[in-house]
Amino acid sequence: MANHSEHVASARLYWLIWLALIICTVLTAYVATVDLGKFNTVVALGIATFKATLVALIFMNVKHTSEKMTKAILISAVAWLLLLLFLSLADYSSRLAG
Amino acid sequence: MSDSHAMETPLAVEHEARPELRHHFADEQQQRNAASLGMWWFLGTEIMFFGGMFCGYLVYRRMYFTEFAAASRTLNLPIGAFNTVVLLCSSLTVAMAVRFAQLGNRKMQVRMLLLTLVFGLAFLGIKGKEWGDKYKEHHIPTFNHYNVISGEGALTNVKGNAELLGLDKITDPVKRQQREAEIQQRTKIFYSLYFALTGMHAIHMIIGVGIFIVITWMAHKGRFTPEYHTPLEIAGLYWHFVDIVWIYLFPLLYLIDRRGA
Repeated sequence: MANHSEHVASARLYWLIWLALIICTVLTAYVATVDLGKFNTVVALGIATFKATLVALIFMNVKHTSEKMTKAILISAVAWLLLLLFLSLADYSSRLAG
Repeated sequence: MSDSHAMETPLAVEHEARPELRHHFADEQQQRNAASLGMWWFLGTEIMFFGGMFCGYLVYRRMYFTEFAAASRTLNLPIGAFNTVVLLCSSLTVAMAVRFAQLGNRKMQVRMLLLTLVFGLAFLGIKGKEWGDKYKEHHIPTFNHYNVISGEGALTNVKGNAELLGLDKITDPVKRQQREAEIQQRTKIFYSLYFALTGMHAIHMIIGVGIFIVITWMAHKGRFTPEYHTPLEIAGLYWHFVDIVWIYLFPLLYLIDRRGA
């Protein structure tokens, strides 16, 4: 009677994701102490985005959700956020150059 | 989402055999999707809410990078990293709790939820300790005793900060005083953003703990079954979102420039 189309992930997958998140946290704290020039910020944000993606896709079940609109909402929210950040930075960078 | 099912059931009649299914939904899956979608809409507005503060942070960080980096070094990196791990553990236990609800294991579900509460409260406790340290160091930007130039919380107490801020090269006392006033003012912006961002995050955590106390109670009462556990699932979405906010806050606040640390 009940619709059992819900995706049940394996416990092993959740543990692996958790392990990856912990390793990334240690990695980002360590890499920050290494001099990579301008790339320190890029690496830190890259690792954070990788972690956030893992949490969203697996823990928040975006990967296997039966609701297609979830992805549309997520993508549009992130797109608007990036619009806000990039245009604001472009504005301030050009106005207060130097 | 079968239309045929909706056709054979009179619309205004509750599904008596399935008390959780409200009559305006065709079936359980549609009801579940609607609830989860509502939470995602809310999280979309939350992204915009935190986005404004992140934007302010980025603009000022770009303007006053050296001062932001020097102030960032006064944050406790090992404790911040440890707190990140605590929060990631809580996300695992939430995901596990949902999984045990899907499998119909009430006992493990409650255990995972209790662990979530422990991790959540531990995070808040550690965060409170960090704020207490900031108070002792005179780093609370709204108080009159804010001081990053001398005393216990002097930025130059951190290795490499005098060089970063250029204070080691200034010999003229008047110029030094001017530079110190500038540093005092600019780092105040960093600490204001630090407290606004971590404070807003902590308020979300406190709300999350409140929600999960109710969810744990519901789970204990056996309210969640493999067919119906929507409150747990969407509360979990909220919890993971708050976790993601911290995933970004940690490098942005603690790791601005830790080279050579």
